[in-house]
Amino acid sequence: MTNTVVLGVIGADCHAVGNKILDYAFSKAGFNVVNIGVLSSQEEFINAAEETGAKAMIISSLYGHGEIDCRGLREKCDEAGLDDMLLYVGGNLVVGKHDWEEVKEKFLAMGFNRVYPPGADPEQGIRDLRDDLKLPKPE
Amino acid sequence: MNNYLLIDFGSTYTKLTAVDLNAEAILGTAKSYTTVETDIMTGYEAALVELKATLAAKGRPDLEFDRKLACSSAAGGLKMVAIGLVQELTAEAAKRAALGAGARVLQVFDHDLTRRDIEKIAALKPDMLLLAGGTDGGNQTCILHNAKRLAEAKLPVPIVVAGNKSAMDDIDDLFKEAELIYSMSDNVMPKLNVLNVDPAREEIREIFMQRITHAKGIHTATGMIDDILMPTPAAVLKAAELLSKGTDLEDGIGTLVMVDIGGATTDVYSICDGEPTQPGVTQKGLEEPFAKRTVEGDLGMRYSALSLKEAAGSKRIRAYLKDDLADVDAACRHRSLQPDMIPQSPEERHMDEAIAKAAVALSVERHAGCLESYYSPMGVVISQLGKDLGNAAAFIGTGGVLVASENPKAILQEGLYDQETPTSLRPKSPAFKLDQDYILSAMGLLSQDHPDTALRIMKRHIVTL
Repeated sequence: MTNTVVLGVIGADCHAVGNKILDYAFSKAGFNVVNIGVLSSQEEFINAAEETGAKAMIISSLYGHGEIDCRGLREKCDEAGLDDMLLYVGGNLVVGKHDWEEVKEKFLAMGFNRVYPPGADPEQGIRDLRDDLKLPKPE
Repeated sequence: MNNYLLIDFGSTYTKLTAVDLNAEAILGTAKSYTTVETDIMTGYEAALVELKATLAAKGRPDLEFDRKLACSSAAGGLKMVAIGLVQELTAEAAKRAALGAGARVLQVFDHDLTRRDIEKIAALKPDMLLLAGGTDGGNQTCILHNAKRLAEAKLPVPIVVAGNKSAMDDIDDLFKEAELIYSMSDNVMPKLNVLNVDPAREEIREIFMQRITHAKGIHTATGMIDDILMPTPAAVLKAAELLSKGTDLEDGIGTLVMVDIGGATTDVYSICDGEPTQPGVTQKGLEEPFAKRTVEGDLGMRYSALSLKEAAGSKRIRAYLKDDLADVDAACRHRSLQPDMIPQSPEERHMDEAIAKAAVALSVERHAGCLESYYSPMGVVISQLGKDLGNAAAFIGTGGVLVASENPKAILQEGLYDQETPTSLRPKSPAFKLDQDYILSAMGLLSQDHPDTALRIMKRHIVTL
């Protein structure tokens, strides 16, 4: 399937509500969502993407340790042969108040394709994913 | 007349069990050495003579059998190689399917097979291959690559294909053109972390019945017996499942764990969903099979006694013996060199019991799931990998060492949950039971035709300790 995505909450983070909302929104938008749920490691994202032939990983992190949990994911994808994997990340990515642009740059530099601030609308992510995957716009 | 003869062509012994269906009783059992090198029927005939003598002594000298069914693990059992994509996912699912079908899994391969891998597979001389990879609609490139390699290699080994549905037609074409012996089954992991092993298991059994027994020279037996239905461990798993779940008419005994301590391996079976029994624990990883079998190739009473000593350590075996000076190494070496050794003295029996305790402790620990804790800002979060056997209602033991022991319960107790390793999810307070007449494989066979009878016989003959 050309529109399979792996969805999950990375690291020792067990915030399940946003995960359910994203699952609902992306599924409703026509994506084949493989939801690996909370407490997911980088390896679990990669294994799931390998088996399911997913084109993108939609990664949430709510508890402020996103930077540590996400570091090295792009490199691991490269090692696993997931060359053109789209990496999306969003949530409360860092602890405390930081300038959003700085946070975004940091994650882009880590190899993420899209980075979303707290409270971002899932619809934005869906539009971006359609663009990135060059899928036709829905009527 | 309604008599069944059930035959188990084991790796060491050929065991016969005669059952009277009307009386729901075991009329007699007999065993003789398996003679697979010459003619497997020689051992069978010898056991049959012994059985007839037992029957004659019971006043049934000219008993005729209406059905003769067999299972077999002779000539090395069913040896398989499992192939998948990711080690923890489809490769693991393929391995579990093969184990559940009663196979000995020689090796598991993941990702793209190389020419070297193909050479390795050829050198392992498996009886069958199981090829998986990709969820339905998921990755096709890996399984197609592997199918091409196998088609080029033209190994004279039957292949069961149980991978990504989307790649099935292409693989079918490839294998047909290469004139391979193969059959297509359903994906062992149709969705991520969802296990679907039953169709592949059934396909493996089908090929085993039609081809493998012939290739191993067991076909000479089929003239005199009706069918060699399945590998012995598959029959045991079937019996365990029946005993646990019951039938439409008759209740089973509930969730159970079973340990089969053999000369070469220790097999562990669990029949339960294995979901977390403690609050706040979340399940991780690939779904677990309800009826699960694992095989420990390094834990055995005879052939594998040395590797068992390596795994358990001499200190542990000495502690079981309550003897700090015992020469564990010599005892294990002796057993591995003389696999047909039968303990004569009390010392030898005690050593056997100590080795068995180590086999039970290690094999159940490896079979059972475990807890992992994560430290998060919200406190400790606990997740579970594998099955939680804590609530198992029964813990059944089978195998010569248990039957010969004066205290089989003490051996089985080594497989219990203990406070020192609370992360290992072993049974907590099961009822201990013993298969004292070695009837499990026979009842697995009988359950094909008469599940209710097989269940009632098991309930009577598998005694509570």
